[in-house]
Formats: sequence, structure tokens, C-alpha cells
Amino acid sequence: MEKFRTHTGVAMPLRRSNVDTDQIIPAVYLKRVTRTGFEDGLFAAWRSDPDFVLNRPEYADATVLVAGPDFGTGSSREHAVWALQNYGFRVVIAPRFGDIFRGNSGKSGLLAAQVDDKVVLRLWDHLAEHPGATVTVDLESRTVKAGEGPEAIEESFDIDDYTRWRLLEGLDDIGITLSHAEDITAFEASRPRWKPVTTH
Amino acid sequence: MGKTLAEKVWDEHVVRSAEGEPDLLYIDLHLIHEVTSPQAFEGLRLAGRKVRRPDLTLATEDHNVPTLDWDKPIADPVSRTQVETLRRNTEEFGVRLHALGDPEQGIVHIIGPQLGLTQPGMTVVCGDSHTSTHGAFGAIAFGIGTSEVEHVLATQTLPQARPRTMAVTVNGSLPDGVTAKDLVLTLIARAGTGGGQGYIVEYRGPAIEDLSMEARMTLCNMSIEWGAKAGLVAPDQTTFDYLEGRPEAPKGADWDAAVEHWRSLRTDPDAEFDKELVLDAGTMTPFVTWGTNPGQGVPLGAAVPRPEDFEDEQDRVAAQKALEYMGLEAGTPMRDIEVDTVFVGSCTNGRIEDLRAAAAVINGRQVAKGTRLLVVPGSARVRLQAEDEGLDVVFKQAGAEWRGAGCSMCLGMNPDQLAPRERSASTSNRNFEGRQGEGGRTHLVSPLVAAATAVRGTLSSPVDLEEL
Repeated sequence: MEKFRTHTGVAMPLRRSNVDTDQIIPAVYLKRVTRTGFEDGLFAAWRSDPDFVLNRPEYADATVLVAGPDFGTGSSREHAVWALQNYGFRVVIAPRFGDIFRGNSGKSGLLAAQVDDKVVLRLWDHLAEHPGATVTVDLESRTVKAGEGPEAIEESFDIDDYTRWRLLEGLDDIGITLSHAEDITAFEASRPRWKPVTTH
Repeated sequence: MGKTLAEKVWDEHVVRSAEGEPDLLYIDLHLIHEVTSPQAFEGLRLAGRKVRRPDLTLATEDHNVPTLDWDKPIADPVSRTQVETLRRNTEEFGVRLHALGDPEQGIVHIIGPQLGLTQPGMTVVCGDSHTSTHGAFGAIAFGIGTSEVEHVLATQTLPQARPRTMAVTVNGSLPDGVTAKDLVLTLIARAGTGGGQGYIVEYRGPAIEDLSMEARMTLCNMSIEWGAKAGLVAPDQTTFDYLEGRPEAPKGADWDAAVEHWRSLRTDPDAEFDKELVLDAGTMTPFVTWGTNPGQGVPLGAAVPRPEDFEDEQDRVAAQKALEYMGLEAGTPMRDIEVDTVFVGSCTNGRIEDLRAAAAVINGRQVAKGTRLLVVPGSARVRLQAEDEGLDVVFKQAGAEWRGAGCSMCLGMNPDQLAPRERSASTSNRNFEGRQGEGGRTHLVSPLVAAATAVRGTLSSPVDLEEL
């Protein structure tokens, strides 16, 4: 996984709450057996509307998504994270994330930055006044920055320490766990014999 | 201080615990299917890794498979490739697979319990958010993403931060005609779609103890719909009776040892939950959704709400958007809403008791003109059992379509989809925009409401039907 330290990019406001993973990518787009090529399914239903924010030219190069609360609820499909990444997004900022989506983001290297509701409202206002403006997301200091002068926004965001460390270092989870293989083997030796198995 | 059930099960599975790191949790059962596993197997191959415990892994084909002509090659080439990829991967890595056509094939959350593989006190994961279903047995069961599927395949463990615990205590008893589905929809409407976030929820109290195992599965299945990490019910005699004699349940002395342990899996009297919700089952009624998330629901006897009645601004905006999408006017009685398609099935309500309940309502009646009733058993075993009991004949005589097993119209990955603006009453778990087909409009309902709705053509419960 690529290391993530800081990122500055065009931020796209998505003024909706409860953006579930079926909205991020509908099930009919989940049939690929690769981790790439999911960008076509991103917000597929909404994209048929030419006025949908993703279709506007000022957001053509957007890499930061600013969404309402409960982003990524619903299905466990990691394809939702891949669709965002395949399209070019590196960061999603929202007041609350679906648990599984947040976990998947951490594993795939998409930064899910949780901020206060008010921060999202301020970012939305800022982006409405300055369409195509950039936002900087710094993982080391856990801050989101936008704008300049007296209107400037500089707020902290939440991410758990462990995920932050893994993203900063670009570490592979499986590699970390396999370094504890002896603990796993010892645990397995202690499992009761009546626990079920699928092959006999 | 004592421990909650969830804490007991969690602690029994901690392989390694270190300050500042998530616990490394051992996984007793890993269920896989065709949609969220191909990239995980590819990851193993690229890293030269093996499946650590194929004997704790089970695969089936459910999400994209057709429910018609399921004995022929899959017509859609992309779906076929995905299913063939699963077959190749399970063969290469030595994982047991129940493929289409096998009598044990079916929705992954139906076949685990049905085989007796899901047992109290286990940890169960699957690349599917409705894995919470298995919590009905007193297991910690949750959905994971594909990177985590790969992690479990390679290590049989998962790093997991310890969640908080919540009790949902349901007192009283459910009135006649009110089911576990109505209970959970009522709960989600009250708690909100994010209300369970960060918690493992234990459902308890007299109304929960009264539920059958299949009803408990319906309840736990929808734990994710209010954001919970997992939902579980303490194992009791109902659980043991359900499990005894199932193909993969312990036998003989192993059974006795297992039951003795399972009886210890109860929340201690002095244990403390981080949060508690209390509900009264006695006041519950058939409950249906009007909007585009499972928390947007009302009693069947109520009307479509007005956006301005919501205090929170985000809720108001969401309600307005939902009404537009659903093509509904505020104030319309729910019972006046006409439905095009009724779907009975899914991991929420595709088990034999669900089909029996729907068939009992439909028996001797006809599906309304202009309405389609699609009945999709949750597994091939459920289909065979229903056919043994003659339920397929009841449905077909009423004018319903009787299909093969799979996820089907719950998520519309196979050809079973709604057309744009088509309206469904569905026993499934999600009424998200486009969930059952682009532009489709979903009302979540119980099997009893689904069957009565099919007969009347408008959202209904069995009490609305004329006596036979």
C-alpha cells in the first residue's frame, strides 16, 4: 500500500446524508474480478443527471469528497472504496461513516477523515463560494485546511491511531499479522475439539 | 464486575492483545461467495500465500446467480465469469463449495445455520454485511470487506478494535400478526440508521426469548441496518433444539461438552452495558418503510410523513429527497399505496418459516391483477422442504412465480430487478435508491404483509383480507 502523509486536491461537495454503498456503486457493477475498472459505476444512478456534481467541469479533477453524515452505510462491498479510488479520490471527509466502509478504506489506502457536522457545513459553504477550490488533508497532524485569510478553515479530523499509523507507513496488514504466526498456532492448539469444521 | 455475552465471546477469541493496537481475533468460520472473494484469492496468489484453514472456510454461490434456468449455464457472461472464478479459486485452494445445483447451495447466511455450522460462542465473518444474521446463535458475526476476506484466508484472524456493548431489551410479547421483521423495523425507525454504530448489540428480554431461531435470525440480520457492528441473542434451549442433529453440529460426547459450554454464554447479572434501549413488544404493529433507508418507516396503519414534521434539518432534507424518489405524497395512508411487485425471499426472510407464513395467507386466494409475486427460497434446501410441504403449489395456484434459491431481487445483481419507477413490497433488508433495480421503489415489509399485499395489490396486512 502507498504511504499517505498529506494530500491537497480539488474538493467536491456531496450534499447528502446516508450515502449508502448501493449509491456509491450499484450491485450490477460489482461483477468484475479485478480491483480496477470500477470508476464507471461510481454514483452510477446519480450520474445520469447532467447537473449531478460529479458531472460538473470544475470537479473533473476532484480528489477529495466532502459528504454528509453516515457516508458508506449498508453493504460491505469494498468495491465502493475501489470505485472512489479508481475514479481518482484519495480522501472522503464526512461527519460519520459506516463501520465497514471506514474499515475497508483503511485497508485500501483511501483516507476516511471524520469531522464535526459543522466542519462539513463550513466546507460546503466554502466550496459553494469557490467551486473547484482545493482542500489539504494532513494525516500527520490530523488537520483539514481550506481557504485563506480570515475565512480560512483549519480543523482537526478523527481517525483511529492504528489506521493512521498503517496509512502513514503504507503497511500491509497481513504482513503484520503473519509476524505473530506463533501466537495464532498456539491459540489454535487450545481450541475445543467440538468446534465445527467444513471439511472432514 | 461480570461480563456481557459479547465480551465473553470476544475474550475467548483474542489471539493477541497489545496496548495501542486492535485485538487480534481468531475466526471460527469464514463464509465466502462469488462477489467479494475474487480479488482476495488473487491477492493470495500474488503474495504466494495459502488459505490457512480451508477446514474453517465454506463457499457458496448466491449473489449473482439466476433463479430461473439455474440448472443451465449462467446466461450473463460477466456473472458466469465471477461464478467460474469462485469455482476455480475454491478448487485451487481446497475450499468446500456448494455450487449452483447442489442441494446445499443457497444464500450464505441461510446455509451456515441450516448445516449446523453456525453455533453459539463462535466468531463468524463473511464478505457480506448481513453476516450479523449468525448472531442469532449467540455468535459474534459481522460483515467484512475484500481486503479483510484476504486477511482471514491468509491468517484465520482479524485485527479488530473492541466495540462497546449495548442491550436492546424487548419486554412484553408480540401481538398476533406482528413478527420479528416488524420488531426490527420499529427499532431502526426509533434508533436511526446510525444508532447502533460502534456497538455489539445484545437483544434480550421476554419478547426475544419467545422468538424462534429463524425469527431471531431475521432480527439479528438487520443489526447492520442501524449501524451495529453485530447483534446477538444468548443461546438457550430454543437454540440447542434447533442445532441438535444438524449435519455439522457436534455429536455424542462432543455435543454434551458443547452444550455445557454454551449454557455459560449469558450476560452475567452484574455485567454493565455501555448503553441500553428498552422497547415494549406489546405495542408493536405491522411496520413498513416509506423512504429510502430502513429507518424511514411507520406502522402500516399510519400515513406517509411530512418532511416538515422532522425536527432535524438533515432528516427533513432526507425525507424530502426520499418522497421525491419514492413518488409519494405526504399524508397518503400507507394502505393506499399500490404495489407492482411483491418479493418474498432474502437472508432476512427467505427461510422455511417465512415461506410457510406467506403461504398460509396466500392459500386459497389469488394474487391481485397487475401485481407480481416472486417467491425465492433462501436456499435449495428451503426450496426442497417447501416443495415437500406443498408450499410451491399454494404459491403457484395463487399466480405467484416460484424460483430457485439465491439473493435475487434483494439486491438485483441477477436478472430479478425492478424497472424504473416500479414499486415493490419486499421482505428483504434494504430500501436504498436503486437497490432492487435502477429507479425501483422499495417498501420493506414482513412476509405476512408481503402476502396480504400481493392479494390486495396495495400495502396490507392479513387482517385486511376478506375471510375465505
